[in-house]
Amino acid sequence: MIVASLVIISRSHFTADLSAFLPSNPTAEQQLLMDQLKDGLASRLILVGIAGADQATRATISKTIAKNLRSNPAFVSVSNGEAITIERDRNYLFNNRYLLSPAVTPEHFSIDGLHIAISDSIDQIASPAGLLIKSLLPHDPTGEMLQLLDAMNAGNKPELVQDAWASRDGNTALLLLQTSAVGSDTDAQKQAMQFIQNEFNQATKHIAATPQPTLLMTGPGVFSVIARDTIKSQVRVIFIVSTVLIALLLLAVYRSLTALLLGFLPVATGILAGIASVSLWFGVVHGITLGFGTALIGEAVDYSIYLFMQSDQTGDKEQDRKKWVQLVWPTVRLGVLTSVFGFAALLLSGFPGLAQLGLYSVAGLIAAAVMTRYVLPSLLPADFSIRDVSNAGVKLSHYAQLARSLRWPAVILVAVSSVIVYQHHHRLWNTELAALSPVSAADQALDARLRAGMGAPDVRYVVVVSGNSQEAVLSNTEKVSAALQVLVEKGLLSSFDSASHYLPSLATQQARLASLPTANELKLRLTAALKDLPVQPAVLAPFLTDVEAARTKPLLQRNDLQGTSMAMAVDAMLLQQGQHWSSLIPLTAPESGNIDVTQVQVALDQAQFKNTLFVDLKAESNRLYSGYMQEAILLSLAGIVAIIVLLLFVLRSPLRVVAVIAPLAAAVLTVMAGLALFGQQLIILHLIGLLLIVAIGSNYALFFNPVIKQGIPDIPPRTYASLVFANVATVLGFGLLAFSSVPVLQAMGVTVAPGVILALVFSAVFARSKG
Amino acid sequence: MNNRLLNLCLLLCSLWAIAPTSHAQDTWDLDQLMQSLATIRSGHASFIEKKSIAILDKPVESSGELFYTAPDRLEKRTLKPKAESMVLDKDKLIVEQRGRKHVLSLQSYPEIAAFIDSIRGTLAGDRRALERSYKLSMIGTQQDWNVTLLPLEDKMKKVVTSINISGSGNTLETIEIKQADGDSSLMMITPLPAP
Repeated sequence: MIVASLVIISRSHFTADLSAFLPSNPTAEQQLLMDQLKDGLASRLILVGIAGADQATRATISKTIAKNLRSNPAFVSVSNGEAITIERDRNYLFNNRYLLSPAVTPEHFSIDGLHIAISDSIDQIASPAGLLIKSLLPHDPTGEMLQLLDAMNAGNKPELVQDAWASRDGNTALLLLQTSAVGSDTDAQKQAMQFIQNEFNQATKHIAATPQPTLLMTGPGVFSVIARDTIKSQVRVIFIVSTVLIALLLLAVYRSLTALLLGFLPVATGILAGIASVSLWFGVVHGITLGFGTALIGEAVDYSIYLFMQSDQTGDKEQDRKKWVQLVWPTVRLGVLTSVFGFAALLLSGFPGLAQLGLYSVAGLIAAAVMTRYVLPSLLPADFSIRDVSNAGVKLSHYAQLARSLRWPAVILVAVSSVIVYQHHHRLWNTELAALSPVSAADQALDARLRAGMGAPDVRYVVVVSGNSQEAVLSNTEKVSAALQVLVEKGLLSSFDSASHYLPSLATQQARLASLPTANELKLRLTAALKDLPVQPAVLAPFLTDVEAARTKPLLQRNDLQGTSMAMAVDAMLLQQGQHWSSLIPLTAPESGNIDVTQVQVALDQAQFKNTLFVDLKAESNRLYSGYMQEAILLSLAGIVAIIVLLLFVLRSPLRVVAVIAPLAAAVLTVMAGLALFGQQLIILHLIGLLLIVAIGSNYALFFNPVIKQGIPDIPPRTYASLVFANVATVLGFGLLAFSSVPVLQAMGVTVAPGVILALVFSAVFARSKG
Repeated sequence: MNNRLLNLCLLLCSLWAIAPTSHAQDTWDLDQLMQSLATIRSGHASFIEKKSIAILDKPVESSGELFYTAPDRLEKRTLKPKAESMVLDKDKLIVEQRGRKHVLSLQSYPEIAAFIDSIRGTLAGDRRALERSYKLSMIGTQQDWNVTLLPLEDKMKKVVTSINISGSGNTLETIEIKQADGDSSLMMITPLPAP
């Protein structure tokens, strides 16, 4: 079995992104959110900042890096504000202005239409922007280019310092890169980061500036890479440190290397079985599951501690083991079953992350227990012995007696905790999905800073138009855009972006072409239109030539955009998944602040668009998370009910069940109160931690309330000793997680470590049996 | 950028226009003019601007108001033929036209920045700052003076041939800009009481 597990694990795939915390049966809105998080264009963006040195140096580095990365196939586009793309963008707009401009209609090219448009342009020449139009007038007297430029400039662009993008404060040069690989391909993202780092190192090799230029990178892909690396290295360190600490502890107690090695056997089996079953069932193992796994050593090691320390040491090994199996094993077995019942509820979760933790725990604990019960005893050598801990046990049992006098203080503590928890009940849980992010606060702050510098606000409100072909989607997008334009004019939106701005549907392009008169006809109309305007028809000869050229040119296709920054925009907003096409229309809030969601929804409803969805991604992700949270709370409660039913079935006495559950409930309440007092908002992993307190603590409570009705009227001293050592081992295992910088691991650590100590103390305090 | 450069020029030069006339003096030179202009704290004026453009048969005309608050806020508000505004606030240039607002940083436009620094230097009575970018000359009397600014840098020369400002006392009356491409503009300024 161990070999099989090893084989499976060696072929396992490990991830560390948020995907484990996304639902497996999403709604349409959730699907969009997930697609965007995993593969959307946003997921493929890497924001690069160059800090340090001086303005000129930063701009030079930016240009050098950009130039070299542009020839690297790992990147689809590299933008840093250099004229290269601006020139291409302008050319694309100018050369295709009669296909792109929404103003192009038959009326626009009638004598009256031309007259109005040209007099407008002449008015513009009188304005501060006049000089720009002056040079355009002979080619574009109807002002199409100006209109397109206005539409393009709608978004905030970063500022230019020495011809390269820079943050608002001017202290950081900025680049925006789009990788060829999707954001969820962590290996490819890591490689892309490496390319950037190499180019930066190359570009700065000979620069001796103070402060030295530094490279900053952020973006969803970068986050996955950092998160995976952080989790990997932290899990490794925590695993090694906790193993060493627990080993030292056991060695100090057992004074036997054999006992130590044998004691770790159930642990190893448990970990292997856990990872292997998760890998088999889910196909991929999340980093968080691994982190959790290392902590579970702390519980699995308990079983062997109970075996070694609670066995009689009369010299007759055979007899001793038998007696252990008869007297102690039922309690351990019930403890294991309690844990398994608790975690099994998580298996029902619709969220892979939670289900993984459940499966890992169930498989791991069963494997460890089975190993302890059926394999370990037969592996013990004939002369196996550990240090006699009876003296310590006697002392401990004395303390346990004293503990009972603390009942009232304990009751008061629990009561106070209940009050605290109640007072904090509305802000006890964190409802933001971002709270689960394995990305550190510092990295998130850097991301926010660079994003703000790029003038790239978070995409929050999106209208999604779906269809079964690019043409169908584009043409529907144009209709939705027309409705949204009304909202922009009303001031309800500041602007919106749409793929159809850059790539109109073929039907629209054809309609615009059909609006253009023939060369002779246009010449006649133009002469008439210019009658009382201060422009001679001869000046506008280039206009006639350009219109005629537009009439004979092929329609715009997607690949005509290649090399422009608009290609990236279209890739981001026009998506294809098999036969399914969708177009995203991100909305920008008006300057006054927020988008009035209801009004937008009403406008869209009134127009009765088909296959159109208005999504608030932030609300959606938070709804997703609170759904997840609610489900987790329900499942945890189900787990606890399962545990109670199990205990009722085995103990056959409600009073005894209460005696077992009471200390656990007290521990859970006290920990929650403590976390609330320290201002920690609870996330889903705290909840799992609470469940673990119940699962692990049930062992202690059961030992203080033995299963067997006759045989051992009193708790033997060595049981106390074994419980304390088991407890210390668990605290070591989980306590280290509390020092992790990954929020989800830290959450588990700070919950379980104090929780199990409290569970042991409360078990002693509330113990029923006479010591 | 060229148009912005020019417009800034217009905008900034017009500052001289919006201040009350100071006491008369018999002799009048460039230094005295500078000192006199530096005393301006705020001002308000109307303008009419005529642009002569080769491709158009006759000049186009626009009009509006100018506002100035020392030391670094300037606004050109065009009312006809189209409402537009251009505000220079410290090192930000905010242009509003056709219902859209564009914010530009002067840092991004070193030519404009050099230009503005020179103008600011002038407002502060710093003739040397002005002479870093332009060759200055003045003719006329205190009641009727005429200053010519000729750009020194090649980059600027490609856009502007000369700037000619005339006025009386510390009040500007006209600003004439001749562009390198032959087009030109003439702005006539009339002081208004403070709003």
